[in-house]
Amino acid sequence: MAQSIFAWLDERLGLTEIYNIVLDRKVPKVNWWFTLGSASLFLGLLQGITGMLLSVYYVPTPDHAYDSITYIMTGVQYGWLIRGVHHWGATLLILTAFIHMLRVFFYGAYKYPREFTWITGVILLFGVLGMGFTGYLLPWNQRSYWATTVGTEIAGTVPVIGDFLLRVLRGGTDLSAVTLSRFFSLHIWIIPALILATVSTHLYLVIRLGISHIPEKDS
Amino acid sequence: MSSKYHSPNLDRRSFVKIVTSILGSVMVAIVGLPMIQYFISPALNKSVSDDWISLGPLEKYPLDIPTQFAFTISRINGWEKSSQSYGAFVLRKTDQDVVVFSDVCTHLSCRVAWDQENEEYFCPCHAAYFDKSGAVISGPPPKPLDQYEIKLEEGQLFIHLQEG
Repeated sequence: MAQSIFAWLDERLGLTEIYNIVLDRKVPKVNWWFTLGSASLFLGLLQGITGMLLSVYYVPTPDHAYDSITYIMTGVQYGWLIRGVHHWGATLLILTAFIHMLRVFFYGAYKYPREFTWITGVILLFGVLGMGFTGYLLPWNQRSYWATTVGTEIAGTVPVIGDFLLRVLRGGTDLSAVTLSRFFSLHIWIIPALILATVSTHLYLVIRLGISHIPEKDS
Repeated sequence: MSSKYHSPNLDRRSFVKIVTSILGSVMVAIVGLPMIQYFISPALNKSVSDDWISLGPLEKYPLDIPTQFAFTISRINGWEKSSQSYGAFVLRKTDQDVVVFSDVCTHLSCRVAWDQENEEYFCPCHAAYFDKSGAVISGPPPKPLDQYEIKLEEGQLFIHLQEG
């Protein structure tokens, strides 16, 4: 029964073909450093899932942000777990993405024909850093308030357009309710949309071009 | 096709391409520019403050010890009316000679605190130290602490809060 359902779907969706191209593709002999891309992808998905769950209770306003997180931590069963995974997953994701980049760099895997894969990777690095920066404000505690003060002031040191950039980030002169709500929007909609599109391109290129082998000593 | 309507420089296909790309660009601009404006518009209204804040009678400030004065100003950001906290350090050098420092670190706008024991201002964010006259002792700040413009009226100390 299950087999005939699968056969019916396979004939129409080409599942076996997708499986063969995506998962059964040929790869050179590699080592553990080559798992960091998948690790980043896994952590990214985990961030997406735990993030959706956090948004069930989290409220992005100065009056309620801190209290809603306190509620997640103390009033909701396993709230500490969901938030903990989101919190530590964020740090770990930056780490895996960064080491992934180092691996690609030191193995020279960014070279022809994979330059564009590298470029999408750079966009993704800025994407995850942007997620970290915007997510850090959301608890609306002393640490996030001052970290964002400092972070936006750093943007303010850019020559000529710095002051404008600072006010675009804050949504005004001060760090305020407007800042919190736009950081929330960036964190859950705008940057994730950018990351999703870029990850898709990144993975498409990995599948299309294959991955490069470990450089040999004499090459 | 009658040759009367046929341009030797532009065939039908190129014409359609040009018209399509022009119309497409116009449509993208009509939708896209308001979106950009929508996102940045809160940044375009600068909130302006220009007030004289009373810090009370000058005599209440001790001589030669920087003393903090905290005040709040209510401001409207977007839809929210909130009170913005300010801090000033009053340093009365002699009876009438007084300077008032802003507590905003000149590095990246964290707040400094006065440490009476070591006679220095300290900013916890990036370990910046300023001396009693506001000059940088060590750390990343590019310039000394800002000073407020002051005035004295009948023994009352005022500072000029000017922003925007």
